[in-house]
Amino acid sequence: MTGAGGVSARRRTLRNMGRRLFDSDLWYSFRASPVAVSAAIVAVLILAAVACAPWLTQDPFDLTTVDIMDASKPPAWAEGGSWQYPLGSDDQGRSVLSTILYGTRISMMVGVLSVLFAMVLGVTLGLIAGFAGGGLEILIMRLADIQLSFPAILVALLIDGIARIVLPHDLHEALTLYVLIFAIGISSWVHYARTVRALTLVERNKEYVQAAWLVGTPPTSILVRHILPNVLGPVLVLATLGLATAIISEATLSFLGVGLPPTQPSLGTLIRIGNEFLFSGQWWMTIFPGAALILVALSVNLLGDWLRDALNPKLR
Amino acid sequence: MTEPREALLDIRNLRVEFPTRRGTLCAIDDVSLTIGEGEILGVVGESGAGKSLTGSAVIGLLPEPGRIVQGEIHLSGRRIDGLSDEEMRRIRGKEIGAIFQDPLTSLNPLYSIAYQLVETIRTHLDLTAKQARKRALDLLQEVGIPAAEERMDGYPHEFSGGMRQRVVIALALAAHPRLIIADEPTTALDVSIQAQIIAVLKRLCREHHASVMLITHDMGVIAEAADRVAVMYAGRIAETGPVEEVIRRARHPYTYGLMGSIPQLKTPAERLSQIDGAMPRLTEMPDGCAFHPRCPRAVDRCRAQRPPIEVVAAGHDVACWLFESAPKPGARI
Amino acid sequence: MDAPLLKVTGLKRYFDVSPPWLNRVIERKPRRLLKAVDGVSFAVARGKTFSLVGESGCGKSTVAKCILGLHGMTEGVITFDGVEVEDTASRIAMLPIRRRLQMIFQDPYASLNPRWKVRSIVAEPIRAFGQVQEREAVLHQVGELLRSVGLTPADAEKYPHEFSGGQRQRISIARALASRADFIACDEPTSALDVSVQAQILNLMKDLQEEFGLTYLLISHNLAVVRHMSDSIGVMYLGRLVEVRHGEALFEDPRHPYTRLLLNTIPSLEIIGQDRTPLAGEVPSPIDPPAGCHFHPRCPHANQRCREETPELLRVPAGAVACHAAQEARI
Repeated sequence: MTGAGGVSARRRTLRNMGRRLFDSDLWYSFRASPVAVSAAIVAVLILAAVACAPWLTQDPFDLTTVDIMDASKPPAWAEGGSWQYPLGSDDQGRSVLSTILYGTRISMMVGVLSVLFAMVLGVTLGLIAGFAGGGLEILIMRLADIQLSFPAILVALLIDGIARIVLPHDLHEALTLYVLIFAIGISSWVHYARTVRALTLVERNKEYVQAAWLVGTPPTSILVRHILPNVLGPVLVLATLGLATAIISEATLSFLGVGLPPTQPSLGTLIRIGNEFLFSGQWWMTIFPGAALILVALSVNLLGDWLRDALNPKLR
Repeated sequence: MTEPREALLDIRNLRVEFPTRRGTLCAIDDVSLTIGEGEILGVVGESGAGKSLTGSAVIGLLPEPGRIVQGEIHLSGRRIDGLSDEEMRRIRGKEIGAIFQDPLTSLNPLYSIAYQLVETIRTHLDLTAKQARKRALDLLQEVGIPAAEERMDGYPHEFSGGMRQRVVIALALAAHPRLIIADEPTTALDVSIQAQIIAVLKRLCREHHASVMLITHDMGVIAEAADRVAVMYAGRIAETGPVEEVIRRARHPYTYGLMGSIPQLKTPAERLSQIDGAMPRLTEMPDGCAFHPRCPRAVDRCRAQRPPIEVVAAGHDVACWLFESAPKPGARI
Repeated sequence: MDAPLLKVTGLKRYFDVSPPWLNRVIERKPRRLLKAVDGVSFAVARGKTFSLVGESGCGKSTVAKCILGLHGMTEGVITFDGVEVEDTASRIAMLPIRRRLQMIFQDPYASLNPRWKVRSIVAEPIRAFGQVQEREAVLHQVGELLRSVGLTPADAEKYPHEFSGGQRQRISIARALASRADFIACDEPTSALDVSVQAQILNLMKDLQEEFGLTYLLISHNLAVVRHMSDSIGVMYLGRLVEVRHGEALFEDPRHPYTRLLLNTIPSLEIIGQDRTPLAGEVPSPIDPPAGCHFHPRCPHANQRCREETPELLRVPAGAVACHAAQEARI
């Protein structure tokens, strides 16, 4: 198709897709569920705030913007507080609000990327296991079983520990984020693999797959173009719910001190640091990051719950 | 209505609606049926015609969010469509028995056959455990389970499909109901087993003086088992009458076309007569007669007004404006 | 006499349903084989319809799948248009033959990928066999195919869930025709459809057969449909062919007791209200079939020879029958 025809065709396709989305049962069920809509609004607000953080406040971890004379100020509505630091300031003079914004950004980044990693790994292995069968399936599934007998946090701790030993100190500092993403991702691929394997076993025997065989489609093509689109639905639900788990896992690791360092803190790190000041009465340094973590995890969880019910054909 | 005796089951002007986000769907639209004592009424139609829903409405098990919005259902003169859940529970089993399509899911796989039978019997009849077990054994022998005494403590998965369906029939008859709703009782079974099950059903219902509402899409089953038949189309009754009348001398163009499109074993045709198009979706019902878009005899009146039920012969009713003349035999419809 | 388009000789397909190795060793359990197809031979002439009839578990679907290569064969020789179809040959080498052998399935809902547009579904064989390459030409051919099965080219832009069961079967037929196949196996193509739609599809299949010179292998349990469509019919019971007849012979002069049972037990519009006493018994499990003639437990004419010796297919007018009683002229 030539240029002009191509552009209008693409616009038409987008409009069609949009129309299909807003016409669909999924959108209707979304509108009808006040919980889903509220959770979505909260999630979108958080995302917006996090994305706009560089414009909303100054980077609190840029040492030039921090004034240590403003340390340990309480929140704006309490005595001694000011609106320059709406949620108070921490022991270094950083605004708690800005640290939360930046911390949430890091938490979400780790959460999303680790889920993506787990998803890609798990879905691929699940597809292969379900489709190929035989020894390959047994190998992959037994690996999954073995890994499931370790608690996820322990696996993440183990990988993080190995990284610390293997990598030189400053390299490890710089790579902490990625080590963490890898660690959390590795600890959660199993759920995707198992689900996808079960679904693949079902789809593999369906007649449309047999029809593709008859036409001589190569096996990888059948796997990717025929089976994969049909198993993605439940994977999406798992991913949304897994996001909440990943965020909390990361927070746990950081709280334990083996996650992100104070120079590049996530919400978990902030909670840990603030915790040390809890008993001296400076509650805002730990409570607000904690509340932010709960809000993020809750809204993601609620969205995931709604998605699971909406995609469940039996409940419709 | 044309049924002179007092009917066992009397459905009058039943209307069942389903509120959905796309508007209210009318799944059963002004349906009237009667079943006499000891009579087998076939309710036949294709998928989506509303025949299973009619059976569900009678037994009080309409799927959510279906509602009866109009009409009455009378069982032996007593009105049953508005009863509470508790009252319907007492009627189910005792006065109305049910047989569904899939014997695999009709029986609880975790309990033995004897247990399920005894439980049903003791719920509705005042018998001791020993008496109930004897009665269960009698029933199993009646439906033709070989070596019933030894096998009755077995579990459903130990029986074949045909045997399971016999057990389901026994369960349905356990408390001496006067009416049985049988929804596609033979569809899931092999051909040679279907004949056995039909024979069992006919014999037992005769012996127990029970009437049957036999719901199916298979005209052959109706021809063999039913006394009268009601043909449903798009939630409405197209034609009702004695089985032989409706099959051989159908007055409604849909019934006529349906009979012609069934391949016959004894008289093969070069080409099957086909009805073009498909049954309209409930969301896209045409005005007037529901069948007019596919009917070669349709006139303007058919497109505008829905035809009422008219009497054609004794016991034979049809809902068609052109009821006075039969569709031409041999004409391609 | 023309050589048949398809010739099947001694087709066997066994499934190993033995308990796991550990159980076999510890509990001394024997190996068990499910003989889904146990030595089936027949031929299909060009441009004709051959039907395989039988109840569930008789192996007729398995025969079709073995012929098409969806299952491997335990034993047997399949010859298509004079060329022996090698089970073990590479996928690429088999493509020219595979192109000509296609299938229509029973379930109209599972036979089309719900996430693909009709356009892609019908175009897949066209692209796979490399007949036409440019997008425009492919789309044009898809439109033509849809038209030939009674749909419109505009339907190509829709998804399968927007169609009824009968329309989906039409799409399946269009897909089978897309590779320019001349042999189509139809596995219960109308069993899941309403009666009036069934008539449309059967008429369509007959029209297409005439127009394109197609050869059909029809699998069905419905003898009336089979009679309407077939030139030759094979009756299967528990993995074996018990009777093969051409033309109307099966219906006018059934020889095998099982064939007679089937013909008698099918409810029909022509015999209204008849009280039959149908034959008792059920189809036994294919894992442990009765010895000798599989049908002997249900057969009113069985004798000692039937219990011990497997009957061979022997010639009768217009076909062959595997029955000792028929051979000995006892029935």
